[in-house]
Amino acid sequence: MASLLEIHNLVIEGCHDGQWLPIVNGISLRLEKGQVLGLIGESGAGKSTLGLAAMAYTRLGCRISSGTIVFDGLPLLELDKEERRKIRGTRIAYVAQSAAASFNPAHRLITQYAETPVQHGIMDFHTAEKQAIDIYRRLLLPDPEHIGYRYPHQVSGGQLQRAMVAMAMACRPDIIVFDEPTTALDVTTQIEVLAAIKNITNQFNTAAIYITHDLAVVAQIADRIMVLRHGDLVEENDARRILAEPREEYTRQLLSVRSFKKDGNGAGGHAKIPFLKVEGVSASYTGRELVLEKIDIELHRGRTVALVGESGSGKSTLARVITGLLPPVEGRILFDGAELPPALSARQREHLRQMQMIYQMPDTALNPRHRVRKIIGRPLSFYFGVTAADREKRILELLEMIELPADYIGRYPGELSGGEKQRICIARALAADPHLIICDEVTSALDQLVAEEILKLLHRLQRELGVSYLFITHDLATVKAIADEIVVMLRGRIVEQGEKQAVLKSPENAYTERLLSSVPEMDPDWLDRLLETREAAA
Amino acid sequence: MAFLQLLRESPISARIGVAMILFNILASIFAPLVAPYGETEIVGDVWAPMSAANWLGTDQVGRDMLTRLLYGARNTIAIAFATTLLSFSVGIVFGFLAATLKGWVDQVLSRVVDIMMAFPTLVFALMVLSVVGTSIPTLILVIALLDSTRVYRLSRAVAMDIEVMEFVEAARLRGERIWWLMRHEILPNAMPPLVAEFGLRFCFVFLFIAALSFLGLGIQPPTADWGSMVRENAGAITFGIFVPLWPAAAIAFLTIGVNLVVDWFLHLASGLKDYE
Repeated sequence: MASLLEIHNLVIEGCHDGQWLPIVNGISLRLEKGQVLGLIGESGAGKSTLGLAAMAYTRLGCRISSGTIVFDGLPLLELDKEERRKIRGTRIAYVAQSAAASFNPAHRLITQYAETPVQHGIMDFHTAEKQAIDIYRRLLLPDPEHIGYRYPHQVSGGQLQRAMVAMAMACRPDIIVFDEPTTALDVTTQIEVLAAIKNITNQFNTAAIYITHDLAVVAQIADRIMVLRHGDLVEENDARRILAEPREEYTRQLLSVRSFKKDGNGAGGHAKIPFLKVEGVSASYTGRELVLEKIDIELHRGRTVALVGESGSGKSTLARVITGLLPPVEGRILFDGAELPPALSARQREHLRQMQMIYQMPDTALNPRHRVRKIIGRPLSFYFGVTAADREKRILELLEMIELPADYIGRYPGELSGGEKQRICIARALAADPHLIICDEVTSALDQLVAEEILKLLHRLQRELGVSYLFITHDLATVKAIADEIVVMLRGRIVEQGEKQAVLKSPENAYTERLLSSVPEMDPDWLDRLLETREAAA
Repeated sequence: MAFLQLLRESPISARIGVAMILFNILASIFAPLVAPYGETEIVGDVWAPMSAANWLGTDQVGRDMLTRLLYGARNTIAIAFATTLLSFSVGIVFGFLAATLKGWVDQVLSRVVDIMMAFPTLVFALMVLSVVGTSIPTLILVIALLDSTRVYRLSRAVAMDIEVMEFVEAARLRGERIWWLMRHEILPNAMPPLVAEFGLRFCFVFLFIAALSFLGLGIQPPTADWGSMVRENAGAITFGIFVPLWPAAAIAFLTIGVNLVVDWFLHLASGLKDYE
């Protein structure tokens, strides 16, 4: 029997510097009806390009140079534009990573839902409206009768992502291509969307191509998994088989990701006086609504405190208060026992030096017009006033510390990879010889293997230099790897705080418990089991 | 030397642009040497046709057109360049200050600029020039000041976008002063749109001077400048005499040259390596 979708020896090229270079080097795949195929790999693996090619579509600057794509007996590459248009949206649909960027903010959800079926003349608006409500219900959206009449900004991120899945389902397609649909979501929301996707593809027996960089996520949903790297197929097998017995070294690496654990407790331990103390801090952007309420945190030398919470919980705001960017409404910040002025402009240079920050997006955290020499060298001359020769020597030492070659000193950030840029950010922080480094989601924009290397580097630096980290993250795997203490935040309050082992083993707060159990595990039955336990509890 | 190296790798359009600008600059420097007559010397009939004696004909009082064009290049380029440079320095400094300091500084500066922009530029210039008089330095100052309001708007908007980037925040957290933020963090990233605007403003300046000259408050006759030369000879067109097209062509020539180079700068600054 012929498969629903057969891609044979597909080569896709992208234009770079006027040259056509392969992005996908001759990959073949088959997808049966009702089957879910997971495509996994790090950025640049060609997974999105391959996913889009299933609809015979390529992004601007890419072209399909050879191979065949046969969908239900139709050779897609030989069809003309109009015939392809008829298939897209109705028989093959696409769900993008960022729902917020993909919806038109000026139209109601249900209008956008009905657009494709009405355009293709499959049903009138009224029928589409009724169907939408049914689909919304199946996707477990709250208040399915009315939610469609809201605008995209009136629903949460997870709900919007599900509304987009609903849109893709509008014409009952045979195949849906999911391109990282949960990557931008919090873990607790990710569960809801995953469950909804799994639910609805089962109910309609829809085949799907699920693209992600997270093996644990794809394990929950896929029947088969293809591991891609640099446009080549590394390994393909049944989901369970690939998790149980990976054949290739690269797959094994992906499987063992997040296995890094900090050995023992951080050095230093509890001195009498914590060197950073946040006392009863409340903060607000508007002057009325409080984003932070009565926060108390202590940080001891050489230790790592992880600040965990979903987006909007106030983690980053707390970092802004500590650094002085946002003076608090009440409360105070003590550094080495002395109170710090609330506003940045009133703080002494010496205090600023001891507190450095590393950001989530290394792309925007480095000035694209400065070379590495200036990026790392500026804190050296600014804080210590070193001579040019000494500065050069110290920059090279720092480069060595962050495991980058010495000739990177003359490069611009644009000439570095994401992980390398993050290393430069770390070096810039280290150049100030700080006591505290605030890490704001430093690994979440990076590929998992790269992120793990960064965590290892941070850990090594802590051991060697005795710096403390305030680690802001929504990723509990990171917390498990690197934290000594955990502070869990929810809507601007601290709901739980304590030693890592204690919080992880026996969370006292229901929210902490929920957060912890939402981290996907490398086990294909994990999601089903979790949903069962949660249902039983409810 | 670095510029020569850059030029060697540049596309043909940029080289043409550089050549056009160089030609203009050389013409203006060596005007007294190569010009066949004196700047204000009357050598023939009014609007005489092209001849061996007057290659490009004569103007409305019988001065040699070629001579006037060569001398005009001096005044036009020097004044336009000085004016644009001044207006950009003022506009960028205040625009960046408003964007980095925000709050009342931004409010005050922006409202002052709003008020200045609310007046028609020509009327404003006429008013100021009739009070302070029309020497070339005052002309440069007044036009630069008026032009700087537009540069202010642009640089403030561009800087606002850059100012929210994390590398600027990182520099603030380091304790950097405002001057460093503006000079090292914001300016390099704001260059592309500013350079493009520079090319455009540069061309507008001598058109504006021409408008002022027409009203008698620009460059005073008999000093030659291209804009005024177009204005003074404009009437000839009705008689089918194309003499005013010579200074107009000179303006177009310089404008195109400047813009070809600006395009190339923009391309370099955008970081795109290939030409598509």
